[in-house]
Amino acid sequence: MARIGVFLCYCGTNIGGVVNIPRVAEAAKAMPEVVFVQDNKYTCSEPGQLEIRNAIVDKSLDRVVIGCCSPRMHEKTYRKAVESAGLNPYLLEIANLREHCSWVHGNDKDRATSKAIELVKMAVAKVSRHESLFPKEVPVTKRALVIGGGVAGIQAALDIANSGYEVVLVEKQPTIGGRMSQLDKTFPTLDCSACILTPKMVDVAQHPNIRLITCAEVKKIKGFVGNFEIDILRRAKKVDETICTGCGVCMTKCLVRTPSEFDLGMRNRSAIYVPFPQAIPLKAIIDTDHCGHFQYLRERQEGRDVPDCNICQQTCPAEAIRYDQEDEIITERFGAILVATGFKTFDHSAYGEFGGGRYPDVISSLQLERLMSASGPTSGEIVRPSDKTHPKTVVFISCVGSRDDNKGRSYCSKICCMYMAKQSIMLKEHDPDVQSYIFYIDIRAGGKDFDEFAQRAQDEYGVLYLRGRVSKIAQEGKKLIVYGEDSLMGHPVQIPADMVVLATGVEPNDGAPALAQILNVSYDTHNFFVEAHPKLRPVETQTDGIFLAGCAVGPRDIPESVAHGSAAAVKVTALFSRDTLATDPMVSTIDQMRCVGCLACAEVCPFNAIEPQVLRDGRVVASVNESLCKGCGLCVATCRSGCANLKGFTLQQLLAEVNSLWR
Amino acid sequence: MPGAYAYYPGCTQESSAKEYGESTKLVCEELGIELHEIDGWTCCGASSAHTTNHLLSVALPARDLQVAEEMGMPVAVICAMCYSRLKYASHELNDPKTLALVNEVIEKDFQNTTQVLHLLEILDKERIPVRKPLKRLKVVCYYGCILARPKKVTHFDDEENPQIMDRLLGKLDAVSIDWGFKTECCGASLTLSRRDLVRDLSHRVLEAARRAGADCIVVACPMCHSNLDMQQAGIAEQHGSKADIPIIYFTQLVGLSLGLNPGRMMFDRHFVDPQPLLREKGVI
Repeated sequence: MARIGVFLCYCGTNIGGVVNIPRVAEAAKAMPEVVFVQDNKYTCSEPGQLEIRNAIVDKSLDRVVIGCCSPRMHEKTYRKAVESAGLNPYLLEIANLREHCSWVHGNDKDRATSKAIELVKMAVAKVSRHESLFPKEVPVTKRALVIGGGVAGIQAALDIANSGYEVVLVEKQPTIGGRMSQLDKTFPTLDCSACILTPKMVDVAQHPNIRLITCAEVKKIKGFVGNFEIDILRRAKKVDETICTGCGVCMTKCLVRTPSEFDLGMRNRSAIYVPFPQAIPLKAIIDTDHCGHFQYLRERQEGRDVPDCNICQQTCPAEAIRYDQEDEIITERFGAILVATGFKTFDHSAYGEFGGGRYPDVISSLQLERLMSASGPTSGEIVRPSDKTHPKTVVFISCVGSRDDNKGRSYCSKICCMYMAKQSIMLKEHDPDVQSYIFYIDIRAGGKDFDEFAQRAQDEYGVLYLRGRVSKIAQEGKKLIVYGEDSLMGHPVQIPADMVVLATGVEPNDGAPALAQILNVSYDTHNFFVEAHPKLRPVETQTDGIFLAGCAVGPRDIPESVAHGSAAAVKVTALFSRDTLATDPMVSTIDQMRCVGCLACAEVCPFNAIEPQVLRDGRVVASVNESLCKGCGLCVATCRSGCANLKGFTLQQLLAEVNSLWR
Repeated sequence: MPGAYAYYPGCTQESSAKEYGESTKLVCEELGIELHEIDGWTCCGASSAHTTNHLLSVALPARDLQVAEEMGMPVAVICAMCYSRLKYASHELNDPKTLALVNEVIEKDFQNTTQVLHLLEILDKERIPVRKPLKRLKVVCYYGCILARPKKVTHFDDEENPQIMDRLLGKLDAVSIDWGFKTECCGASLTLSRRDLVRDLSHRVLEAARRAGADCIVVACPMCHSNLDMQQAGIAEQHGSKADIPIIYFTQLVGLSLGLNPGRMMFDRHFVDPQPLLREKGVI
């Protein structure tokens, strides 16, 4: 006979306001093997935990049931409390009376109470069949993988490296720097973006603990916290990075011109190129889609005869061109993974009313950044893309791809209000004759010195803020007629503009969901990665050892991304400060006496944790690698002979739960 | 491939937009497109039904769609408003509960299989044997606010920058000028209650067409036609400038290009007479 203690939590009014806790307590007293019942305002508080501890000792309890919030919230807390009383921490079961009961049945208190009683009854039945479980110790590989070399990833990589651990920084693009490297100035201090970022990029390149792999992405993951094995695909640059000096001769000789991604199509680049002069690493890369040599190879394969081009190979002073270089897979071991894949801006061609991308002088805010940048396509001269004249009337439209359910973007992109203020100030600084208008929904300027900055745009720079949406932009001759509404005045307005800037919103990079699936971490409906807890675990994922930073999680500005990168780095170094890690003992087991060796379990296992094992009598059976098993239970559901079982959720425990409902 | 259609004329083509209806019939006859008028067709419900009773606004068109279903033909519509109402009804009736309720109201067993097509969609797939090209007549195509919207209901064309009418006019050797007012509002039924607003809104459309350099505006909606054509005198009164720009149904221009008798296109019914322009351009 077990001696079970039941502890019921009111959770303030969260549970107590709906579920009649005294009635549940009364019912619990009559349940089999229950010898002690207690209720508590907040069981998770220190006095609450102390009472559990005391009751275990005083009443000689050997099993504990807690009726409270979701185990996702406080299971670890309670396991510690149980352990401190000398009991095995896995002799605990939680009945979720909040998320599974009070929060969803608030309109029917009576039946919610009945359900709460049944939940407790099930937990009691299950816990009486619990057994002590013991975690295993595994060594930690003290080496971090940072995915994404934007400012968040750069900061994280530097912080981890400075703590004395090795870092591999993987970047999809040919250079690190991310979106920040495309910006001209930063709000609200108007610091030059490149001037504050490029030194950090150089630090990354020169740090002895950091290895940078560009043009690369993560393709496969095996293992678990402390012991990940990762396949990284490095795409061929067709240039030997170890020899290339970045002198740029090849770029001047190359005959091809194609729109530059870095300058958002506002300037052309050669087929062999360096994205921008401060790129890290400063090494050339060949764009095989546009390169004349690779064009020649493709045409020849289809039997057409076109002239070959290998001018870069002929002229490279360092002889670094390698046309035959192939993509390669690099497999390495890591203890932790930090995801900082960043964002891209919303593609405004979805807005037909703003021209759908048909009007050359309707540009995105990031394109304006390139126009304003001294290293941009016009060397910082702000001109209209169509005819290279200086725009005098500029209209900004906020929330393009933000706060718009019709475009599937319900969220606020957070940074646009501020960068519009910045850009309108910069326009005036560039040319005092410019008049800017900003159509806005709300001015969201929450942040240190942010509201003052937006106010300054209006007071000192004469930027006219119009509260309302734009219904239409019509191109008439050289002017763009902007039809909108000033909802504060209650009037329709019409502005003949020279240029329109769309404040395009923040969205995750294209590869984000695919990466999330590879890493087995969750992402939301907008493809942002999901934190383990939005308030209290903002840089962790539900998967141990995988951390998040920057705009991959949601829209944020530069200081927040940097802070986020540092925060995630601290979590990584905390992990690396230990030599071994305890693994979760709630893993699958196979009863090898009964196993027939069909290995259906190995087929369904998403973690490759089940392998065949040959016994001494020659029989082949399934065997679980406990360090790889995540305890998902798929093998248990699949096993035809019923010999797979999940510790902590055994078939017997689950059956006991169900059976308890009939009694 | 000319086909056979259950034709839903709509109330205006027997009254204010008679020339639209007549030119449609002549054009379809010439192209071999069979139009079988829906027997006993009733009002589509615009605009009173859908502003007063949701069920009525679905049940009224459903009755017509049901007859077409029995005829076993897709429905051809020319009025933009009728098109919108019929499309909305089909859309709403995709919900089985609504369909059951409406069937109870109309006392029929309607399955909602009827396809609804605007004449523009039908002509878009036809080969037009142009006998009298329009000789680079400069037009702007005005689709009005309702024809292409909302896309999830009509599946007609791009909501903001439709092309279907421009394509048709291009085939007839007219020059369709790209402009920003293809789908702006003319004021529609406010013409009864707030004529001043209609004159403001229609004025914007007429002025934009003039600035774009168009000889005339081509329309596919009787309401748009009525506001833009009939109100021009009133607009001149209200805004002090007379646009004097002819408003022509696309069917009339298709008719001319097919070599049909210009007299049968009923241009004399227009308030702003297009005939001097068409004569000047050598089209008639």
